Amino acid sequence: MRRALYLLPALLVAVLFLFFRMALRADYDPHAVPSPLIDQPMPVFDLAGTDTRLSGDALKGQVALVNFFASWCIPCRVEHPLLMRLAEEQHVPIYGIALKDKPQDTERFIAQMGNPYRRIGLDENGHVGIDFGITGVPETFVIDKSGHIRRHYGAPLTAEELRDDLEPLLRELARS
Amino acid sequence: MRALLLLLLLLVAAGAQAVEPSERLADPALEARARALSKNLRCLVCQNESIDESNADLAHDIRVLLRERIKAGDSDDEVRRFLVSRYGAFVLLKPPFEPATYALWFGPPLALALAGLAIALRLRRSRAEPEAPPLSDAERRRLAQLLEEEG
Amino acid sequence: MIAELGHFALILALLLALLQSSVPLIGAARRNFTWMTLGRSTAAAQFVLVAAAFAALIHAYVTSDFSVQNVFENSHSDKPLLYKITGVWGNHEGSMVLWVFILSLFGAAVAWFGDNLPPALSARVLAVQGMIGAGFLGFILLTSDPFHRLVPAPLDGRGLNPVLQDPGLAFHPPFLYLGYVGFSIAFSFAVAALIEGRVDPAWARWVRPWTLAAWCALTIGIAMGSWWAYYTLGWGGWWFWDPVENASFMPWLVGTALLHSAIVVEKRDALKSWTILLAILTFSLSLVGTFLVRSGVLTSVHAFAVDPRRGLYILLLLLVAIGGSLSLYAWRAPALKAGGLFAPISREGALVLNNLLLTVAAAAIFWGTLYPLFSDQLGGPKLTVGAPFFDIVFRWLMAPLLVAVAVGPLLAWKRGDLLAALQRLWAAFAAALMVGLVALYIAGGGPLLAVLTLALAGWMVLGALSEWAERVRLFRVGFAESRRRARHLPRAQYGMTLAHLGLAVTLAGIAASAWQQERIEIMKPGDDVPIASYTLHLDGVDKVQGPNFTAERADVTVRKGGSVVAELHPEKRFFPLQQMSTGVTAIKTNLLADLYLALGDSDGKGGWTVRAWWKPLVPWIWIGAVMMALGGVVSLSDRRLRLGVAARARVPRGARAAE
Repeated sequence: MRRALYLLPALLVAVLFLFFRMALRADYDPHAVPSPLIDQPMPVFDLAGTDTRLSGDALKGQVALVNFFASWCIPCRVEHPLLMRLAEEQHVPIYGIALKDKPQDTERFIAQMGNPYRRIGLDENGHVGIDFGITGVPETFVIDKSGHIRRHYGAPLTAEELRDDLEPLLRELARS
Repeated sequence: MRALLLLLLLLVAAGAQAVEPSERLADPALEARARALSKNLRCLVCQNESIDESNADLAHDIRVLLRERIKAGDSDDEVRRFLVSRYGAFVLLKPPFEPATYALWFGPPLALALAGLAIALRLRRSRAEPEAPPLSDAERRRLAQLLEEEG
Repeated sequence: MIAELGHFALILALLLALLQSSVPLIGAARRNFTWMTLGRSTAAAQFVLVAAAFAALIHAYVTSDFSVQNVFENSHSDKPLLYKITGVWGNHEGSMVLWVFILSLFGAAVAWFGDNLPPALSARVLAVQGMIGAGFLGFILLTSDPFHRLVPAPLDGRGLNPVLQDPGLAFHPPFLYLGYVGFSIAFSFAVAALIEGRVDPAWARWVRPWTLAAWCALTIGIAMGSWWAYYTLGWGGWWFWDPVENASFMPWLVGTALLHSAIVVEKRDALKSWTILLAILTFSLSLVGTFLVRSGVLTSVHAFAVDPRRGLYILLLLLVAIGGSLSLYAWRAPALKAGGLFAPISREGALVLNNLLLTVAAAAIFWGTLYPLFSDQLGGPKLTVGAPFFDIVFRWLMAPLLVAVAVGPLLAWKRGDLLAALQRLWAAFAAALMVGLVALYIAGGGPLLAVLTLALAGWMVLGALSEWAERVRLFRVGFAESRRRARHLPRAQYGMTLAHLGLAVTLAGIAASAWQQERIEIMKPGDDVPIASYTLHLDGVDKVQGPNFTAERADVTVRKGGSVVAELHPEKRFFPLQQMSTGVTAIKTNLLADLYLALGDSDGKGGWTVRAWWKPLVPWIWIGAVMMALGGVVSLSDRRLRLGVAARARVPRGARAAE
């Protein structure tokens, strides 16, 4: 028993190393915070829009994307062409929510970059963003036909992500 | 380099801002509650700050929202639950006391108890053992010899 | 050219380190005197080489040689000279060179000043030190070469971060490293003792000065970091339980336990295996801290490079160093001859309690810091373990210890009389009561925790003084006799008293933060804001041009009772080149309290957000830390430590073969 006690520190350290080794894997990101809203119903919202109002009802019965963006957000500009592609080539319904943006600036952004969105909501005070649990822009949510959130992308979409993750997901959800 | 940028971000965030006078609630009791709650909520875009200290936009937005909910009559628990349902337990600086964190909270007292027990047992056992084994005959003779040599 | 020489010096140093790791060790096993003493020469040579490499790097920075990639990334020709130099260790690669510099410095110091060490022990200590050096030199050369050249050489550097150009921040790493890395000596001594299979009072006396020196440095390093955060970050916080702060605090806690434990080994030949374990753990925590900062597995303000490859190498180093030493411990420690027995209530017992609480506290901090990682890896939720957790756990663990600090020194060795000791502490009881009542009265009733903590500080102060009074038999023999006794008390006694007093002072400073006052107002020029017993008057806010920034500078006149006591100028600076803003706080201190001002944003209508705090006793936090470090220095100057085991009879060399 006494001998075992002496071995305890070494054993504890061995376990610690295992954890550290696991944490050093390339796919571990200590900064990534998983959303608690996955598989939950989409938060209720009703926003004034650039054109018409945007509420969750608009998304009913279809698989859609909700994309938070802003004119002042540089990574949003980088992501934008991918959204255009999704909208124009694959006819994916994308609904945009402009976060903490002046309506004129949002409209100028759209005029400049193109409009991949069926509708755009204006979340000027950021409360809807908080309801969705976002921490910055751009962030994208995949909503299924029943209005539940199925996936959350907390960072600008990349072409690889589109190909390997988003598009397969959209196909799968379309079938159900 | 990126880590340095993160450091800079913190320091920019720290550039003497945080709670703005314009955010404050008129009722001092409610405002005190808001401050206390803010101190326990993590700024999600900072490295290790509460929303009370941070000047990040998101921190400001959550501070404002928090005060709206307090004014609307939410209890402290309800405000916390409001934010946890959106951001997860990650947003609380004080980890909740629930099955996932029992190990966290029980760890230190358990360690203290176990270590204390081990020490107590060790002390008791060492006192039960004889101080030193008695000398053998050969050892006693050698001892006498050495003592003689010392003179 | 010089950079290449520096690089070459590091390679040579690595070779020497490898030599030092092996030959003296074999020499000690084979009782080959020449091989054993080789360690001393290699340690000295290694230091010279690493110092040369360090000098080469500093030279590159000072001459702004941007062909060296490290200089390019972290320096700029416009930086003031002081910050060019301190910038050497403000980045991952340079700080690793500082690391091995201090490591080799301590190794050389043992070689130079360790004349009174038995050759075999000296050989083994230096061999272990050499192994550590080899590990880190290898790490530098394989993954973090500071001398990497850029071709073609850029015209100027990228590193002109104004935030890093601050004396507090610039000098905080060297002190920290002197502490962290200094504990490597205790580690080497512990491993050497395990290899020898023997721990005796002489060993403890040899270990103590090195451990004490490292501990003093670490105390200062942590205090500096805390103080820097306080005056820089703009809201007066000074400790955040950030993972990297914790990484520096854990070795400090365990190092404190080690210091106290070594006393028992020295005086009573007991607690040997515990002391050895503590020596291993202290440096192990330093190593784990190094890993956490440089591998990216934890989110933290301070984290350096996020490079998994470096993380993997350090992890391997940790495995060998920590896993190896603890396995050696598991194997050899049970054979260490148990020493003097003691009753639970005794000086030894008090020191065991001390060890227990400090170690569990360090373990608790470790647990809280890494729990998010464990939870995440095991598929649990993503959690934050923030300041509230650490505050609660740490305070509960420390409270009984702080009470015991006053009692322990009054207990006799082997078997102490608790009642008698408590009776001698009547003055401390009285002080605690008085301080508590006065605090209650002044503060108007609360908060209770702060009042109790302040009372505890009073208890500790009078406890330390009572112990001194006991030793000089104050008021019980004549004054002359007491004075004679006081003069003849060993310095280590005074060191202890000073250190314990410092702890009490820091505690009082921490407690008083409960009574800080805060005013956050929008002020227009001409407005008055009262805070504590002062009135702040905003004269105006000017635009000021600095060498590489524009600033808004507030002119605030501080009045007390009608007369002007200070002019404070908090600023908000904007650095156009880096596109970033920082704040400059304005602090007026009278060492009893700080008046702390920070400037916020303009409201666009001529008003400015001004944040003011009155923080009573906050300077005591750092004054106490300085007192603790001073206490350590005073202890270090005790002649007994430096003479070591002077009374060993000179035995002819041949006869020493029995070792």
